[in-house]
Amino acid sequence: MQIFTCPFCGPRDETEFHFAAEAGKKRPIPAETVTDDEWAEYLYMNSASRGKAQEVWLHVTCGEFFLMTRDTVTRDVTAVTSLPGRNA
Amino acid sequence: MKRYSAFSLFTEGLRGHRGWTPAWRKATPQPGYDAIIVGGGGHGLATAYYLAKNHGVPRVAVLEKGWIGGGNTGRNTTAIRSNYFYPESVALYDLALRLYEGLSQALNYNIMLSQRGMLIAAHTPTQMEICARIANAMQLNGVDGELIGAEEALQRVPLLNRTADARYNCMGGVWQQRAGIARHDAVAWGYARAASALGVDIIENCTVTDLLIESGKITGVETDKGSIRAERVGLAAAGATPGLASMAGIRLPIHTYALQAFVSEPVKPMLDTVLLYLGTGTYVSQSDKGELVFGGGLDRVPTHGQRGNLPAQEAVVSGLLEMFPAFAQLKLLRQWAGVVDVTPDSSPVIGPAGPEGLFLNCGWGTGGFKAIPAGGWLLAHLLATGGHHEISRPFDLDRFARGRLIDEAAGSGIAH
Ligand SMILES: Cc1cc2nc3c(=O)[nH]c(=O)nc-3n(C[C@H](O)[C@H](O)[C@H](O)COP(=O)(O)OP(=O)(O)OC[C@H]3O[C@@H](n4cnc5c(N)ncnc54)[C@H](O)[C@@H]3O)c2cc1C
Ligand SMILES: [Zn+2]
Repeated sequence: MQIFTCPFCGPRDETEFHFAAEAGKKRPIPAETVTDDEWAEYLYMNSASRGKAQEVWLHVTCGEFFLMTRDTVTRDVTAVTSLPGRNA
Repeated sequence: MKRYSAFSLFTEGLRGHRGWTPAWRKATPQPGYDAIIVGGGGHGLATAYYLAKNHGVPRVAVLEKGWIGGGNTGRNTTAIRSNYFYPESVALYDLALRLYEGLSQALNYNIMLSQRGMLIAAHTPTQMEICARIANAMQLNGVDGELIGAEEALQRVPLLNRTADARYNCMGGVWQQRAGIARHDAVAWGYARAASALGVDIIENCTVTDLLIESGKITGVETDKGSIRAERVGLAAAGATPGLASMAGIRLPIHTYALQAFVSEPVKPMLDTVLLYLGTGTYVSQSDKGELVFGGGLDRVPTHGQRGNLPAQEAVVSGLLEMFPAFAQLKLLRQWAGVVDVTPDSSPVIGPAGPEGLFLNCGWGTGGFKAIPAGGWLLAHLLATGGHHEISRPFDLDRFARGRLIDEAAGSGIAH
């Protein structure tokens, strides 16, 4: 069992967390000018990279979305931070 | 190629089995090929075989970073079926099943296909309605599939849990008689042997480290054994495909997850079908050696590490015990995981991508063993002709921009 740390609640079981998306995607706007390819890229395309990755996770039990930096091979977590603007 | 037969087995037996020769040549890379396939799993090896066999392409190489069949092909639980929902999927998976049905003969290699039937078991009236919908879709698509009731289901799997306190009672489900299992290594080795006999170079311990591209065209690959030229390159590297595609600046609609499998100690024959429980998500079959081979859903943490986590193990094992409480007495022999390439619609990606001459066969996720003959057939068609076969066209990467997803996760609730 791996322990992930929610920035709001602290360390919890991995089963309480849900992977949401790779971090760093920006929703393309304005909608009228967005091409099908740009929209598909935003909705579906990923890096799925080996090694260091930054991802958005959800702590399901408290509802907090946050950023997790971890290694996708070793599964080591190096940082968890609130989403930008969360604590502003 | 020395043909295998009952006679050759018999005569070799008399000679103490000293006359067998390696099933395929160990090749060293040539400077260039007509086509290169990256990944020596089932899909890559089948592609090489059909390139040589169907299209007569003379110089073909399969580059495999480890040993052939050492990826997901050698790690999977070998459930074969074509009970999908959408016509596009049925065309694809039924092509695979039809090729599987003749494969031992075609390859002169016993892949031990056992069409023992598969039951998808339902537990609620709603699930029965979903099963009816799947069975209807299969029949409309011309594939064998029927809705069966509790009585017939329990006849087929008499040991199913029907105690008063069972959490999931079996109400019936979808039955496909042509579904079954095959020997995974034999599929990889059979294709390798037949391809090698047709002149294909199978090069193991050869990692592709870069894709060579000149003015928008693929010109070869860089490997740890030097660069190898080819104007046609096919990627069939399962969970490693996103990393390879990124070398050509291509991003894919893929997340990689670990999928686990489990094997119990061998017991006497007691289960002669493949069984999937909708309630627990666990599925199981019994191997010829008597071991129970079972698995379930994905680990929910994206990864490239080929090992599983404990929560998924607990879910799968407890699911099995709910289905067959008596199995609690069995010992687990082995557990392992493979890194599977999961798409948002649970359908594969087959088609051209990025530079001219580059083609993909990936995104098979948790269910691509059953598709190996078709995946190879279709990627070979792309590599040889440069264009789609009508069956692969709907699975092109462009479906994501066109909004034409083939959502089998929603359509048939796929699991392997
Ligand atoms: C536990 C488990 C259970 C499964 N159960 C089923 C099932 O019951 N039924 C079913 O239909 N499917 C099942 N699957 C899915 C199935 O195994 C896969 O979809 C299928 O085997 C994929 O075949 P492939 O040839 O595309 O990939 P693989 O067999 O993974 O082959 C890809 C190869 O590419 C090689 N490679 C990677 N990177 C490089 C590189 N840079 N250079 C050279 N080579 C490289 C790898 O070493 C690997 O050998 C299961 C999978 C797992 C993990
Ligand atoms: Zn929290």
